[in-house]
Amino acid sequence: MAVKTMTRTHPKRRAAEHPSGDARFKLIDRTLKRYQYQQDALIEVLHTAQEAFGFLEDDLMIYVAHQLKLPLSWVYGVATFYHFFSLKPQGEHNCIVCMGTACYVKRAAEIVAALQQEYGIEPGQTTPDGKLSVATARCLGSCGLAPVLVVDGEVLGRETPESLLETIRTRVGSGKPAPVKA
Amino acid sequence: MNRVELQALAERERDAQAAFRCRLLCCASTPCLSSGGTAVQEALQARVSESGVDAEVQVVSTGCMGPCSRGPVVTVQMAGQPDTVYEQVTPDLARRIVDEHVAQGTPVDVNVLPADMPFFAKQQKVVLANSGVVDPERLEDYVAQGGYAAMAYALREMTPEEVCREIITSGLRGRGGAGYPAGLKWDMVRKEQSDKKYVVANGDEGDPGAYMDRTLMESDPHRVLEGMAIAGYAVGADQGFIYVRGEYPVAAKRLERAIRSAERRGLLGSRIMDSGFNFRIDVRIGAGAFVCGEETALMASIMGMRGQPVPRPPYPAQSGLWGKPTLINNVETFGNIVPIIANGAEWFAGIGTEKSKGTKIFALAGKVNNTGLIEVPMGISLREIVFDIGGGIPDGAAFKAAQTGGPSGGCIPSDYLDTPMDYESLRQLGSIMGSGGLIIMDEHSCMVDVAKYFMEFCMDESCGKCVPCRVGTVQMYRILERITDGSATHRDLETLRELCTMVRETSLCGLGQSAPNPVLSTLRYYMDEYEAHINGRTCPAQVCEMNKVPVLELVAAGHGHNGAGHMHTEEAA
Repeated sequence: MAVKTMTRTHPKRRAAEHPSGDARFKLIDRTLKRYQYQQDALIEVLHTAQEAFGFLEDDLMIYVAHQLKLPLSWVYGVATFYHFFSLKPQGEHNCIVCMGTACYVKRAAEIVAALQQEYGIEPGQTTPDGKLSVATARCLGSCGLAPVLVVDGEVLGRETPESLLETIRTRVGSGKPAPVKA
Repeated sequence: MNRVELQALAERERDAQAAFRCRLLCCASTPCLSSGGTAVQEALQARVSESGVDAEVQVVSTGCMGPCSRGPVVTVQMAGQPDTVYEQVTPDLARRIVDEHVAQGTPVDVNVLPADMPFFAKQQKVVLANSGVVDPERLEDYVAQGGYAAMAYALREMTPEEVCREIITSGLRGRGGAGYPAGLKWDMVRKEQSDKKYVVANGDEGDPGAYMDRTLMESDPHRVLEGMAIAGYAVGADQGFIYVRGEYPVAAKRLERAIRSAERRGLLGSRIMDSGFNFRIDVRIGAGAFVCGEETALMASIMGMRGQPVPRPPYPAQSGLWGKPTLINNVETFGNIVPIIANGAEWFAGIGTEKSKGTKIFALAGKVNNTGLIEVPMGISLREIVFDIGGGIPDGAAFKAAQTGGPSGGCIPSDYLDTPMDYESLRQLGSIMGSGGLIIMDEHSCMVDVAKYFMEFCMDESCGKCVPCRVGTVQMYRILERITDGSATHRDLETLRELCTMVRETSLCGLGQSAPNPVLSTLRYYMDEYEAHINGRTCPAQVCEMNKVPVLELVAAGHGHNGAGHMHTEEAA
C-alpha cells in the first residue's frame, strides 16, 4: 500500500516537468496523457519518444517504464523487437533503401553494395563521423517506381547506384578521403 | 446526422460538383507524389486561378488511379466529353492542359492514355470504385458517391443476423491470404456472448511488393471505416481498431482525419445516425514487424506488447483482444462490405468463379511494362494480367515466372500462364493468393536467388518464439547461400527438402508454416536451375557469382606426389 501512495503516482506530480528540464519530455507527457497512462499505449509512447529524441536512449526507456508502471525489461523488449525503434543515435542524413521484391528484381542490392563501398557502412549502421545512416526497408509500397529510396524523407524512384551516390555526395560529401575531389 | 440529412448532403454535394464545367483530378497517392505530383497540382491550380476560371474549373486531389509507373496522373472530367487521362504530367504539361484542353475543349495530344487501353478495359473496379474519383480528405466527396448509405440501410433495415447472412451468401472470402469465408467468421463472433467485442482491420501489409491496403486506406479511407462500422453492428462490437504499418504515414494521417470528420457528422461514435448503435474506431500504428500480419501477433501489438503469436485455438473469435471476442479481417475485406450491402449478395456472387467470388486487387510490379494497382474479377488468367493489362515484358525479354503471395507464396512458371487466378488454382500450383502482390520476373532472374531472397526475409522477420522457425530458416538460408556460391552438394539439396517439411509442419504460426513455400515451389518448377548451380557451378540467369569459393580438386592417384586423396585448391596451384 505504501508503494501506491508514493508521490510519483499522483497525477499532478506525474505531469510535472522532467527533472532535466528538457522540453521534449513534454511531448512524451502529452502522449501519455492522451492515452490516460494506459499500458497498452506503450508503442505509441515509444513512437513519440523516438520522434522527439531521434532514438531511444536508456534514460528515455526508464522514464517511459516508470510512467506506465511497466517493468523496464518489458519496455526494452518491445523497443528491441520492432525494427522501427532505434537504440543508437542516427546520422545527420539518412538513406533508406527499399528491399521489397519489386526493388529486388530491379537490383536494389547493387545500390546497397555501392553505398557500402563508398562509405564503408552496412545497412543499419552510421558513418563514424555521424553524417550518414543507411537502412533498408521491407517495402515502401511504391513498387511502380522500383528501385525506391528515401533520402532525408524524400522519396526517389528509379535510381541507379551512380545516380544515388551522386545525390548522397552532394548532401553528405564524398565517403572517400577528401583530396580526390578537390 | 440521420438518413434524410445524409441524402440531402449527398445531393447538395452532387449539385456542387455538377456546377463545375470541368474537374481536374490529380492523383495524390504515394507513388505519384514521389514522382512530382505536388508540383503538378500546384501548377494546375495556379494556372486555373490565373485564367480566372476558378468558378467553373475545380482541381481535386484524389487517390490512386492505377498506372503508378506512369505517374503523376491527371484525369480531366469535362461535361459532355469522356474522361481523359494524362500520364507523366509535368508542370509544363499541366499548364498546357489548362490552356488548351480546359479552355478550348480539345485534348492536348501528348501523354494521353487511350481510354480503350487494356490496362483499364480489363479491370473491374468494385473495391477501388471511388479510388481516383473522390478526394480522400473530404467526407462530402465520399457521401456524394453514395457513401455511408449502405451503413444507413444496414442499421435501419437489417438485423445483425441478416447482415451476417448477407455476407455468407455473397461468398466473400478473407482477402488477407488464407481465404477463410468472411461471413462465417462474422457469424462466429456474433454468436459469442460477451459484454465487450472488438473489430480489427489488419492493415499491416508486410509482404514486400504489395501495397493494395495502403492504396485503399489512402485513396478511400471512409469505405474502410464504413465497412468496419457495418461489421461492428453485425457482430455487436462497439470498438474498432485499424492497424496501420509504421511505413505508411500518409495512410495513417488520412484515416485519422476521416475518423474525426465522420465522428463530427455523427457517422461514427455514439448513437450513429440516431440509432442505438455506438462504434468508435482508433488507429494503431505498427512499428515494423512482418509477423504482426499474423492475427494473434497483431493483437499482441495492439495491446502494446511484442508482436509474438500465440497458439490457436482459442481463436480470436472466442478470445482475442483483452480476452474478448474479436473480429479480424483484412482492410481489403472491409472494403468489399459496402458494395455487398449496397448491391446485394447475389450481385457480388455473380462476379468471379464458383468458389472465389468478387474481385481481387493486385499490385502488379517487377519486369512488366505497366506496373501499378489493378482490380480484376477472380478467375482471370495470369496471361491476361501480364500481357494485356501489364502490356508484356519490357525489352523483348521472355516471361519466366510470376511470384504471388510474397514470402509465404510461390512462383508460377510460364507453363501455367493460363491458370485462372483464384484461391484453389493457386494453391494447387503450390502458391497462394496472398494479400495480392504480383511480381513478374523475366529470364534475368535466378530462381535460386529468389528463394534465397525470401528465405533471408523470413529469417530476419522470424519473431524467435518457436524453434523450427527461428533455427530452421537460418539453416535453410545457409544452404541456399551455399547453392548460390557454388559450394553445395546433392546432400544439401536433400537436407533442404527435409528442413522445408519440418519447418512447415512444426512451426507455431503462419510465418513459419509458409516460410518454406518459395523454396518448395522453386524446387518444384526450377529443379534444373538448382542442378546447374550444384553440378555445373553455373547460374543460368547469370545472377549468382559462382567463383567466390575455390574449387577443390581431387588429384588422381599416381599424379600427385603424396598419393591419392591429397587435395589442393586451384587457387594454391
